[in-house]
Amino acid sequence: MAQKPVIELEGIRRDFIVGSETVHALRGVSFTIHEGEFVTIMGTSGSGKSTLLNILGCLDTPTSGEYRLDGTPVRTMSKTQRAVLRNRKIGFVFQSYNLLAKTTAVENVELPLMYNSAIGARERRDRAVTALQRVGLGDRLNHKSNQMSGGQMQRVAIARALVNDPAVILADEATGNLDTRTSFEILVLFQQLHAEGRTIIFVTHNPEIAQYSTRTITLSDGKLREDRVNTNILDATVKLASLPVEEE
Amino acid sequence: MNITNLFKIAMKAIGANKMRSFLTMLGIIIGVSSVIIMLALGHGAKETIKQDIQETDPGTIMIIPGPDYETLEGDWLPEYSQTLKPADYQSILEQNKYLKSLSPMVFSDGQLVCGNNNHSTTVYGVNDQYPAISGQVVEKGSIFTEEEIHSSAKVCVIGKSIVDKLYDKDADPIGTVIRINNIPVAVVGVLKSKGKDITGRDQDDLVLMPYTTVMKRMNPWQNYYNMIYATAENEKMIDLAMKDVTEILRANHKIKEGDMQDFNVRSLEQAVSMVDSVMGALTLLLSCIAGISLLVGGIGIMNIMYVSVTERTREIGLRMSVGARTRDIMNQFLIEAILISVTGGLIGVLIGASIAYFARFILMNFTEHHFLIAVEPWTVLLAFAICTITGVFFGWYPAKKAANLDPIDALRYE
Repeated sequence: MAQKPVIELEGIRRDFIVGSETVHALRGVSFTIHEGEFVTIMGTSGSGKSTLLNILGCLDTPTSGEYRLDGTPVRTMSKTQRAVLRNRKIGFVFQSYNLLAKTTAVENVELPLMYNSAIGARERRDRAVTALQRVGLGDRLNHKSNQMSGGQMQRVAIARALVNDPAVILADEATGNLDTRTSFEILVLFQQLHAEGRTIIFVTHNPEIAQYSTRTITLSDGKLREDRVNTNILDATVKLASLPVEEE
Repeated sequence: MNITNLFKIAMKAIGANKMRSFLTMLGIIIGVSSVIIMLALGHGAKETIKQDIQETDPGTIMIIPGPDYETLEGDWLPEYSQTLKPADYQSILEQNKYLKSLSPMVFSDGQLVCGNNNHSTTVYGVNDQYPAISGQVVEKGSIFTEEEIHSSAKVCVIGKSIVDKLYDKDADPIGTVIRINNIPVAVVGVLKSKGKDITGRDQDDLVLMPYTTVMKRMNPWQNYYNMIYATAENEKMIDLAMKDVTEILRANHKIKEGDMQDFNVRSLEQAVSMVDSVMGALTLLLSCIAGISLLVGGIGIMNIMYVSVTERTREIGLRMSVGARTRDIMNQFLIEAILISVTGGLIGVLIGASIAYFARFILMNFTEHHFLIAVEPWTVLLAFAICTITGVFFGWYPAKKAANLDPIDALRYE
């Protein structure tokens, strides 16, 4: 799988100053993720995975080391440049969905494109509708966020992450708030997106999810402990089929 | 993000908390409407006074006895009121170069009796030129003649209110005799009604008599005039005429260079501009007081915007994570604040203008006041400008707070 590198990390360190002490959240992390990979980043709490996710998502910058996203060096970028970079290259999926309240699915999905002045209202709407259809919510375009189930809300969030055709989708415990069955439905969706060539980084503390990805990076104490290519990738649809159908 | 979308977001945010937004607006509504009302009243007062004065000859000059009160050192002495003598009037009459008309004035209280009716009023002793100076028109009959003045004839011209008080409806007062302070006086003319002035004083409640009659028969002790009225040939000659009159009187009174002058010459123009500046200052003061409520309203906006920012911290985090720049977030909250204040301003202007015109309607139709309350267009523009500034000013810090949030913290905010 010698594809083009999407994410290149070289000796990433991130220090936080808490009171008079310096906390080393990341102590020199290096790895490269290529286009089309489905990577899970694992680690216990305090391992530095949240800090790493923030840096990968361009929400934070490393104290030292270089991070190139789709070939662009991020460390020296201004806040505004990073905002634009996030807008064009990254799709976020959060644990708690983070949809706008009392807002329709389409409007929620349109949001990233709202901050891209190159895209007009017509194209924005078309792309949002396409993204929603892709996640299986073509019939719920105008449902408001408070009229949807957790699984549906997370699908809207995934559609929102897809709508700007990002270089990488960053999912932060994306199944953490969902029941087992819905979690696997979402996992099926991620596997499908991966099959279509999307690059996905899935941050989780759940080792089961790692079995469905192509590669697992494990962090411990701010360092990379294990970087393993998964040879036996499980199919989430199989697992989903084996789960009992819950009564509504 | 473009401005249209920002407006949509702001409207949605305001709509999501209708009651709260309305209460916040209320501060601005009250502030703006009171400023509008105050300015409308101030404008009305000015216009009304101007209109009242316009009826008088614009070239009017008043010669007042005594030194200038404002620069007077020491107490006002009784003799200061008695410095305009008949000889002064004669000198001005003979020597003036720029005057069109001239009339002495003496006042007297008058107790009027006509049949079973009686009424007390002020009697003005003047000459036949006075109605032209003061802008009064003799509607029925005529003003007394020079001959009648010369002979101190017992004749008078009465105002409309006097007619209403003393006579039955439809009765013709011309030729009748009324008693003024027990002196029988023939009514030779009736003045056209001028209504009430801005202070509510009835301008038709007066009697005009020859000044000679008042001095000789009613105030026999009086050997001076209370005032002398004059008008310049035209408005351009007011200053010349004032100087001329001053010189004549200084010569008459033998006042040397640097000595205190025992009379004052003023023009109506000066009086108008003084009234103008007093009214302007008063309007400004009242508007400023009203403006304080606008300030309080602005603080209300600031408060609610802080609440809004705090409530929507996660939304801000999300917007930032999907690519909103600092500027986008800043604009979003600024526009929300401006929208609240400008909408409040719009409602405030409507309410303020409605109250102002309603008050005018009531005053004009149900009282005899003609108070020209009016909302000037510039005050509306001012109100909107102030509202926008209020929105920006009080929305700035909350918006800045929102824009400076760290997206990582904002996303995790509970």
